[in-house]
Amino acid sequence: MRTRHANLGHEPVTVRARELKVWEALNLALDEAMATDEAVFILGEDVGLYGGSYRVTQGLYAKYGEWRVRDTPISENSFTGLGVGAALVGGRPVVEIMTVNFALLALDAIINMAAKLRYMSGGQFTVPLVVRMPGGVAKQLAAQHSQRLEHTLLNVPGLRVVVPGTPQDSYWQLKQSIDCDDPVIVLEHELLYNETGLFDAEAEPLPLHSAAVRREGRDLTLIAWHRMVPVALQAAETLAAEGIEAEVIDLRSLRPLDLPALVASVNKTHHALVVEEDCRFAGAGAEIAASLHEAAFGALDAPVERVAGLDVPTPYNGLLEQASIPDAAAVVGTALRLLTPRVEE
Amino acid sequence: MQRELARQFLHDMILAREFEQAAADQYQAGNIAGFLHLYPGEEAVAVGSLRAADAGDYVVSTYREHVHALVRGVPARAVMAELFGKATGCSGGYGGSMHLFDRERRFLGGYAIVGETFPVAIGVAYWLRMNNRNDVVYCFFGDGAANQGTFHESLNMAALWKLPVLFLCENNHYQIGTEIHRHTAVPEIWRHTTPYGIPGKRVDGMDVEAVYAATREVLEFVRAGNGPMLLECDTYRYRGHSMADSGAYRSTLEVQELMARDPVKSFRQRALEQGWVNEEDLTDIENAAQRSVEDAVRFAAESPEPDDVRKDVYAEPFHLYGGSR
Repeated sequence: MRTRHANLGHEPVTVRARELKVWEALNLALDEAMATDEAVFILGEDVGLYGGSYRVTQGLYAKYGEWRVRDTPISENSFTGLGVGAALVGGRPVVEIMTVNFALLALDAIINMAAKLRYMSGGQFTVPLVVRMPGGVAKQLAAQHSQRLEHTLLNVPGLRVVVPGTPQDSYWQLKQSIDCDDPVIVLEHELLYNETGLFDAEAEPLPLHSAAVRREGRDLTLIAWHRMVPVALQAAETLAAEGIEAEVIDLRSLRPLDLPALVASVNKTHHALVVEEDCRFAGAGAEIAASLHEAAFGALDAPVERVAGLDVPTPYNGLLEQASIPDAAAVVGTALRLLTPRVEE
Repeated sequence: MQRELARQFLHDMILAREFEQAAADQYQAGNIAGFLHLYPGEEAVAVGSLRAADAGDYVVSTYREHVHALVRGVPARAVMAELFGKATGCSGGYGGSMHLFDRERRFLGGYAIVGETFPVAIGVAYWLRMNNRNDVVYCFFGDGAANQGTFHESLNMAALWKLPVLFLCENNHYQIGTEIHRHTAVPEIWRHTTPYGIPGKRVDGMDVEAVYAATREVLEFVRAGNGPMLLECDTYRYRGHSMADSGAYRSTLEVQELMARDPVKSFRQRALEQGWVNEEDLTDIENAAQRSVEDAVRFAAESPEPDDVRKDVYAEPFHLYGGSR
């Protein structure tokens, strides 16, 4: 916390907000959750002594000991399933899967167990499990280390899927996920961990599943999450120079989806464009576009469009990698086309 | 052998046999749907092992778990009603035969994906150990599950952290239609724990007294904080894998040979010889079991259907799109 003397000669004004990195915010959330609730424990590969591949668990092993910050063997399905078992009897485990790519090995624990046990047991058991996993296209990690898993996880009733992208949301949403009695998948983005943003520990949190308007606009709604939010904001700057005011919505949560927030925005702008890093075919963007068409068809002046990752495995080559995911120019191009009145041929 | 315990074993095994026969009949009558995996032939395993448990111990079971639930004290009514898919079932009609749960009795479910019981059991045991509790987790699995990755992954973690798990193998020699010599290179499952430094033990799973004695010994080891142990019970199922399986891959001779070692008949005989029961006692036990099962079927048939398809998808319902209500 820092104190700024903005009004010289008067009482000092305390500015509670400070600069924090995303990984630091996640670390703080874990630390506070563990300090206040002994049922919270962490497990995953290299989360303990090593401090976490992205430093998210740094310092917690020394503070809370090996039983609450457990380094596991490379056994994703079983240590995620371990989290499910502990959650059934009172634990509040936070499982870290080193990357979403490895979570493919844990889908039985996540989809067949965590998501279904409450329902199958007739409501007798709850599974207050958090599974954190970083993903997305980072820097030339090639096809097996550059995936997104939204498409797979969104179609599973029983799971909640959140996608915090800022330090403030990372802190709020991780703490809320730990407090939640349902299994929550926290998708993080590898390129956002070291991004810095304003953080205020005492600010009133947004609800876990609410979308947030990052920039207001009247002409077009850009819908994004994770690293596509800065891309959409950059595109909005360019569009503003052309006299087009784009509204940028950060979804923050994919299941449930804050559809009312999207509808409210589209009622104002009458145009919507989904920007997603994941592959286009059957991705989250398809669900969002279809839902908007169903919920707000009358308000739309044109079909909802998508700018999405190409339907290719992520290439290693840096230029090709960049070409496989959306950038601001692609968003601007599609936005301009979307806003051009259609002429009947 | 205590007289009371002998009577308990007989009660449990006879009830189990009656219950499963009734389940088969009700399935044929169209009152039970889906997959139904029955237990006849394996009764000594559930009864001998679970009667050695303390009330505080946890049970994680497979999809062939009706008898595990019954022995653990889940009422026959609640189990049968669950098979019928009724609201009065032990999972409210949402789970069915393969997913029996009873929170109060620490019965943590039947799991229908082979190999899932391992991670769930070590998770419960991790929590117990973390909280310095003295309870033990029963982890049931079949011979086929020993080839899942979760078996080896979980044995490793259980050994690393000395978790209080009793890995209980119901080796009935078949993974559906594939006999153990064709699916497992080393068919003695108890030996599979060697690389993890976990002691393993094998017992005649057709002998309820032997299973009980072996389980007590293993429980003592596990409860003392020595870490997990594996008990392999050598057993046999008389019926096919499920009601959909005629069991045609086994010779009649083989089935007859195993049936000659029937755990219920042999213990019945032994109990008579030892004077633990007389014929009159046996008739009483048999009649009681029959009445209990008839009552369970009647209860299940008369019970209401569950009527809320969206209930309990989430613990905290929400109203946004993609929720349950």
